[in-house]
Amino acid sequence: MTDDQPAPPADLPTHVDLAQDFADSGVAEVLADLDRELVGLAPVKARIRETAALLLVDRARRRLGLATETPTLHMSFTGNPGTGKTTVALKMAALLHRLGYVRKGHLVTVTRDDLVGQYIGHTAPKTKEVLKKAMGGVLFIDEAYYLYRAENERDYGQEAIEILLQVMENNRDDLVVILAGYADRMDRFFASNPGFRSRIAHHIEFPDYSDGELLHISEGMLSRQNYTLDDAARAAMAQYIAARRGQPHFANARSIRNALDRARLRQANRLFGEAKGPLDAAALSTLTEPDIRASRVFAGGLDVDRASRQAAAE
Amino acid sequence: MKMTQGQFSFLPDLSDDDIRVQAQYAIDKGWAVSVEHTDDPHPRNTYWEMWGHPMFDNPDAAAVVFEVNECRKLYGGQYIRVIAFDASPGWESIRMAMIVNRPAVEPGFRLVRQEGEGRSVRYTIESYAMREPEGARYP
Repeated sequence: MTDDQPAPPADLPTHVDLAQDFADSGVAEVLADLDRELVGLAPVKARIRETAALLLVDRARRRLGLATETPTLHMSFTGNPGTGKTTVALKMAALLHRLGYVRKGHLVTVTRDDLVGQYIGHTAPKTKEVLKKAMGGVLFIDEAYYLYRAENERDYGQEAIEILLQVMENNRDDLVVILAGYADRMDRFFASNPGFRSRIAHHIEFPDYSDGELLHISEGMLSRQNYTLDDAARAAMAQYIAARRGQPHFANARSIRNALDRARLRQANRLFGEAKGPLDAAALSTLTEPDIRASRVFAGGLDVDRASRQAAAE
Repeated sequence: MKMTQGQFSFLPDLSDDDIRVQAQYAIDKGWAVSVEHTDDPHPRNTYWEMWGHPMFDNPDAAAVVFEVNECRKLYGGQYIRVIAFDASPGWESIRMAMIVNRPAVEPGFRLVRQEGEGRSVRYTIESYAMREPEGARYP
C-alpha cells in the first residue's frame, strides 16, 4: 500500500487470519462432504474449491474495507443428465450460507413450468412468486434453455427471462440463481440471451463419469441401502455400464440408480421363487450375477429403441 | 399530522432494512406476513386492500421488502402497512402491524359535532382527506 492511498477507517480491523476464517466458517465441512459423497467430478470440485477461496478472500477484503460490492454469484452448471448438478447445487447453497452470502441457504428447484404461465398476465406473478420463495437462498433452474423458445416470439418464456434478469441484477444480495442444463443447449441459450451470459460469473462444466467411477457409484448406492454385489455380479455390473453407455437415454448416475432398482426387484423375485428354507441377512442383501444379467441392456436395449435403430439401419 | 397506528408509528419512518428485520422476526415466529394499502386513514378502517396474497411460505424477509417496493410503485401516495397474522389456535389474529409508507401530506382529522335528541351532542372524527372521492384523496 502506498502512502497516498486513504488510510482505512479506524473501526476496521487491520489484518485478517484466512486460516482462522476458513475454520470458523465451516466451509471445510461442506468441502469434505462434497469429496466424500461425490465420486469423481474432479474439475467440478476444483472449481468449487476455487470459488470458496475467492469468496473467503472477498469476505476478508470487505471486512478490511477494500471491497464493498457483493460479487456476482450467479452460476451455470452444464453437463449431461445424471452428473450430479442438483447435488452440487445443494452443496453450493450450503457453502454460500456458511460464507454469509445468502441468509437462509435453502435451495428452490424449478423448471420452466414453475416460472412460465399459461395465459397473458399469468407469467409475471408466477415468476415473482418463485423468486420470492427463493430469496435468501439459491434458485436452481433446471433445463433453463426451455425458458427461451426461439421458434415462438410470443412465447411467455421471454417475460419470465426479463423478470429473472431484473431480479438477478437488482436483488443480488437476496438470491443466487443457478442455471443448469445440457452443455450444447445451454450454449445456444446463452448465445440468444446475452443478458444472461454477462450476469453469470461462474460457469462450471460437469464431465461424464468414467466406467470405473460409475461402478464405484453403484457400490456406494448399494451400500447406503445395505446391499452388496458379489464378485460375479460386480463383473456383470462393469459390463452393464459399458453396454448401457452405448445405448440411448444414458443418464450417468441416474441410469445406474434405475438399473440397481430393477436388480433389487429381480433379486426379491428370485429369493421369493427359489427360497426353500429360512434366509439369512447375507442372502437378503446380496445381488448376484443373474440379477444383473437379466437386464435388457445385455440384449441390446429396450424393444422400442431396438426397433427404431433397426428402422434407421434399413 | 402524522397518522399513528400499529407499531413504531411514533418513530421516524422505517427504512427498508428496518422492515426486513421486523418481517424476518414475524417469519421466524411462523406468522404469515402480508402487505396492505389504503387511502382511508380512519382508525376504525381495519380492512385495507390486500397487495397480493399473504406470504405463507417465504423463508426470507427480502420477499416482503420486495413486495413493499412493488406496492410503492403503484400506491406510493397511500398508506401501506405490513401485517403479520398468527394462525396458531387461540390467536388467529394479527400479531404485528406497521405502517411502512405514508402520503407526502397528511391533512389530519377534523372534529365533527352532531346535534342529537334533547341537547346531546355526538362527537366523531373525519379525515380531511375523506372529503375527496376514493383515489383522489392524496395527490
